[in-house]
Amino acid sequence: MNPRIRPGEPESYLARLRPHYFFRFSFFRHTFNFDCLKWMGYTILSKETLAPGITRFEIEAPLIARKALPGQFVIIRVTEKGERIPLTIVDTDPERGSLSIVVLEAGRTTKLLSSLEPGQTLLNCVGPLGRPTEINLYGEVACVGGGVGVACLYPVVRGLKQAGNKILTMIGARTAQLLIFEQELRRWSDELLVSTDDGSRGHKGLVHELLKRALEEGRRPNLVYAVGPVLMMKAIAEVTKPYQIKTLASLNPIMVDGTGMCGSCRVEVGGRMRFACVDGPEFDAHQVDFDLLLKRNQRYLEEEKLSATLHG
Amino acid sequence: MPEQPVERRIRNFDEVPLGYTPEMAMEEASRCLQCPKPACVEGCPVRVNIPAFIAAIRRGEFEKAIGIIKETNSLPAICGRVCPYENQCEGACILGKKYEPVGIGFLERFAADYEREHSKLEIPPLPEPRGESVAVVGSGPAGLTAAADLAKLGHPVTVFEALHEPGGVLMYGIPEFRLPKRIVRAEVDYVRKLGVEIKTDVAVGLTLTVEELLREFGAVFIGTGAGLPNFMHLPGESLNGIFSANEFLTRVNLMRAYKFPEYDTPIRIGKTVATIGAGNVSMDCARTALRLGAERSIIVYRRTEQEMPARKEEIKRAKEEGVEFHTLSAPVRYVGDERGWVRQMICTRFRLGEPDESGRRRPVRIEGSEFPMDTDTVVVAIGQSPNPLVPRTTPGLKTSEWGTIIVDQEGRTSLPRVWAAGDIVHGDATVILAMGTARIAAASIHRFLTSPAGWPTL
Repeated sequence: MNPRIRPGEPESYLARLRPHYFFRFSFFRHTFNFDCLKWMGYTILSKETLAPGITRFEIEAPLIARKALPGQFVIIRVTEKGERIPLTIVDTDPERGSLSIVVLEAGRTTKLLSSLEPGQTLLNCVGPLGRPTEINLYGEVACVGGGVGVACLYPVVRGLKQAGNKILTMIGARTAQLLIFEQELRRWSDELLVSTDDGSRGHKGLVHELLKRALEEGRRPNLVYAVGPVLMMKAIAEVTKPYQIKTLASLNPIMVDGTGMCGSCRVEVGGRMRFACVDGPEFDAHQVDFDLLLKRNQRYLEEEKLSATLHG
Repeated sequence: MPEQPVERRIRNFDEVPLGYTPEMAMEEASRCLQCPKPACVEGCPVRVNIPAFIAAIRRGEFEKAIGIIKETNSLPAICGRVCPYENQCEGACILGKKYEPVGIGFLERFAADYEREHSKLEIPPLPEPRGESVAVVGSGPAGLTAAADLAKLGHPVTVFEALHEPGGVLMYGIPEFRLPKRIVRAEVDYVRKLGVEIKTDVAVGLTLTVEELLREFGAVFIGTGAGLPNFMHLPGESLNGIFSANEFLTRVNLMRAYKFPEYDTPIRIGKTVATIGAGNVSMDCARTALRLGAERSIIVYRRTEQEMPARKEEIKRAKEEGVEFHTLSAPVRYVGDERGWVRQMICTRFRLGEPDESGRRRPVRIEGSEFPMDTDTVVVAIGQSPNPLVPRTTPGLKTSEWGTIIVDQEGRTSLPRVWAAGDIVHGDATVILAMGTARIAAASIHRFLTSPAGWPTL
């Protein structure tokens, strides 16, 4: 049998996309040349300020949107001279061919990105990168997010809930004003607890204290999932370790290419070198060397400051 | 060939050899004996008709010369710079047995540069497009060569590249001073002008799978290269200031970190940079370090200069520029400061033992010979492994224990309609070797698409 596909054989998977995308493709397989990529301008479809300095963007990227799973990320570039930075895919709309990212203004690139308006485009966007979260039926799962990591928690919580898990979500921020994704997470959680450093909402203190209290009260989730600042994830790992609860942390090291090529994102897990971009970003939190990650994430602090000052 | 003087070139990222003038090229070309059975062609992995193009240069017909080269080599400006001619065409040159071989590499470079600078980039007449399209995965030397060859045969070709700029290792790996990026862009543009579509930001294996490509294309060519950096897995290897050669070079070349803060991607370099390994990539790293302002750049290698895999020319240039060579030593662990930055490298000494399978004498560790070396930047340049992204996400694609894709002599993989060539097949090697295997695979793809043939089982 000739293995080549002839016209009339199974239709292009792209044809299953919405008609308005389909019209942008050639109808004939023989002249098919992935026209869908031609208009991949990564246009910003909408923009929403979630909190001071935290912005949510919906970006047109149909090839990525139809593939993305919870826990995966994209690498974007804003300008010709810009950096490549990783951002978690917070939500997708395969119908619209779009994905959402949440950006915290921190350095030069994120400031630049946050200044973009709907209609403008990103220069590059590649993904979905990283291994997706293993969505299984675990039973009860505690999902803990801190800072802008709370947004990254959302697709995981939703995925785990849809798989039938009982979700206990705990989110933390410095102050009430900076709490994001609370409503979205509440929708998919059986229980949602909030903490703020200054006590302006919920528990006054850090988010791992909420988890610690829950465990002390006898709650025994089958899985704990943590995403947020390195120190938060480290604290979560320390809280769950005595209880021997399987704990996953979604790590955020510095990346360049994001496809396993450079090793900038290497982390140590159980004494073994792993690349967060292709082997992760999620790892067994009890095995992760968080102190090393913390130090590695500070490699370019001075350069970041210099760049931020120079470019205002 | 005239060169940039050492004291000037170690302060800039401009190209080192400056190229022939037309007169120099014609003079060099006149040395060619025009052998009836040219050994140089046998020595060339892509079989450029060397005597013919040299004869054209001698006559001053430079456009004709480049036309002859481009019949078999779509990237001459690149090959004229980074090919190890001394082991290939020039190594086989009869003149070289007694005298200096003809400067075939420099002549190739001259012809390509002449064409580009005189904006006479000519597109050969292309045949009518044929029905079956081909997807090429990876836009490095292998991918570009296969794409160009297939386009010239009339097949619609789409190249998929994961990074934001096409060129693969030519873009992210080889430094500006050895292969200016404007030249890579010009060669990529030539491939585009042949009708090849290049799609960046598509990581095949993640954005699209080979399986999906097979639904849309008549054939798939995999040329994803050796992109996985090797580490030595020594204690302290994750300290700050220790890079893989890939990260070091990608930051500098692809992301232009040497122009920070004009470009946003930074690179931090210390006073003393130690590069582990002595291949071409190691020389690139050591020489890049000097240009980034390192006071000392040291190559640390566990064998001697004789066994170094780098080209003699690259070793010579590195030495001229002041790179220090510490042979018969290798690191065993790294010592860092309280902020996690590398401060010292503990090395051990080696002596040479019996030759191994590769014919090189095996390094034997001398017990108790540990010594410290102060360093604040380390580049681990001990080779790259095949990129696992495509094999990992393509069920049924057979790979070897080293992670290379297993192919037959025509480049066919274990999957019907899928070919592979370049470093992903033979492990990290040279640009020209990747191009050579890619040409063979492209020819096989063409035969398959034009005359339905069975698929051999691997």
